[in-house]
Amino acid sequence: MTKIVTFPSGAREPSSKENASPLATFKGVDKVFGNQVTALAGLDLEIRSGEFLALLGPSGCGKSTVLRLLTGLAAPTRGEILWSCERPEFGFVFQEPTLMPWSNVFSNVWLPLRLAGVPKDKARPRVEEALAQVGLSGFAKAYPRQLSGGMKMRVSIARALVTRPSVLLMDEPFAALDEITRLKLNDDLADLQASLGATVVFVTHSVFESVYLAERIIVMAARPGRSFAEIGVDAPAPRREGFRLSAAYADTCRRTSAALHLAMGETPPTELTE
Amino acid sequence: MTRDDIVGYAVPALTLGLGLVVWEGVVRYFAIPPYLLPAPSVIIATLFTDWWTLSSSLWVTLSITLKALIAAVIGSVTLAVIFAQSRLVERAFYPFAVALQVTPIVAIAPLLLIYLTPTVAVLVCAFLVAFFPLLANTTLGLSSADHNLVELFQMYRATRFQQFTLLRLPSALPYFLAGLRISGGLALIGAIVAEIAAGSAGQGSGLAYRIVESGFRLNIPRMFAALLLISVAGITIHVFLTALSHWLLHEWHESERASEA
Repeated sequence: MTKIVTFPSGAREPSSKENASPLATFKGVDKVFGNQVTALAGLDLEIRSGEFLALLGPSGCGKSTVLRLLTGLAAPTRGEILWSCERPEFGFVFQEPTLMPWSNVFSNVWLPLRLAGVPKDKARPRVEEALAQVGLSGFAKAYPRQLSGGMKMRVSIARALVTRPSVLLMDEPFAALDEITRLKLNDDLADLQASLGATVVFVTHSVFESVYLAERIIVMAARPGRSFAEIGVDAPAPRREGFRLSAAYADTCRRTSAALHLAMGETPPTELTE
Repeated sequence: MTRDDIVGYAVPALTLGLGLVVWEGVVRYFAIPPYLLPAPSVIIATLFTDWWTLSSSLWVTLSITLKALIAAVIGSVTLAVIFAQSRLVERAFYPFAVALQVTPIVAIAPLLLIYLTPTVAVLVCAFLVAFFPLLANTTLGLSSADHNLVELFQMYRATRFQQFTLLRLPSALPYFLAGLRISGGLALIGAIVAEIAAGSAGQGSGLAYRIVESGFRLNIPRMFAALLLISVAGITIHVFLTALSHWLLHEWHESERASEA
């Protein structure tokens, strides 16, 4: 039987960036919303510089709240978040593309710079670079309505990249896309992260997506939200389609699924634990 | 133009033409006198012979309608922007807005005629009718920005002003334009109703006054001609505002998607 490490035992599976320095550390973080809903209770979590971290869990486990706490849009009710350096520049990608429908692709990507006071002409090279990174060069004048769901999501990613953030926060970004588009964007995102060296915190519902993309998976449990297990994915980057067929992928998916079942208070099916 | 387009225009034009022919035929066949029901040909002839009187009246009514509409746009957008800044202000002022909206304009007109000169009273009536749909729609529009976009703006530390001009105003535009199309028609109705109220007090020279006056004189063809002009004015306002809305929204708004398919 494969070992599943559960918090707060302290022990962790090794991962390729075990020695990477921590960027942010959640220490016993509680988040209670005004309506007395406890989103997080006693969350301990470490985010390491340059890693691809996946937060996996059922609805209501507070995954999105973790991202909001990181951006500073919300503050912990109790506990603290320690940063190893000054709070970094963030890029944020929502589940929906969240574009301004009245603006063309250029203006949508320009937005973060525009809000920081960068005029259009000065922003142009940066916007074009970001569009090139997501494979959308030549679409600057298109309006969101004219684009497919996958292309809109690419614009959303370009907007997140335009400020050259060191941390990319993604809240189930591909959940609303079809399978084919989703797989393509998975590969492109992996390449992008490898070339940028940015830290990515990726919230997802999908075991397969988290295993394919992440170096480390934090399985979270709901009501109240807390981290439940940590799983390291030891496979060299860049991972390709072939990784999905490997024994290591299948094994990690199996362990992750089992951990998710446990996190949801269920007994995992025997096929997963044998 | 495709074949479907031609059919799309030809069918309504044909039924309209047919209706007029039947009308003309019935009047001639039964020899109905023009003071009961004038034939379309007589109405058109009256439009030409009385053009000088009617066109100056049309101008009076139209200019009141336009002034009222412009005042309503300025007033409602200003108030909606103030409402958008504070829920408390919105709650404080809303009873007045609603009271003005639900009270029929015909009932307010005589009162306004006591306080104001007839021309100003008519203008105020048209303004009041046009004001509320614009206020309600623009207020709704300003609070309808995508909450994820609002969050994104906050994340990038947008100032209140940036959030307002780059996010809330464009979000409100489709709502405002929908309100404008309603108010354009209502401003004309308000002007006509107020003119009738004022006209019976012996003042005014707008189209509604011409109708009342023609009624007193049993000049039914001129009554019909004035009615025709009011309809044409209403249709023109509607077509113009629809075109304006299309021009501003066609590149991005979902409501314009169907017309492209």
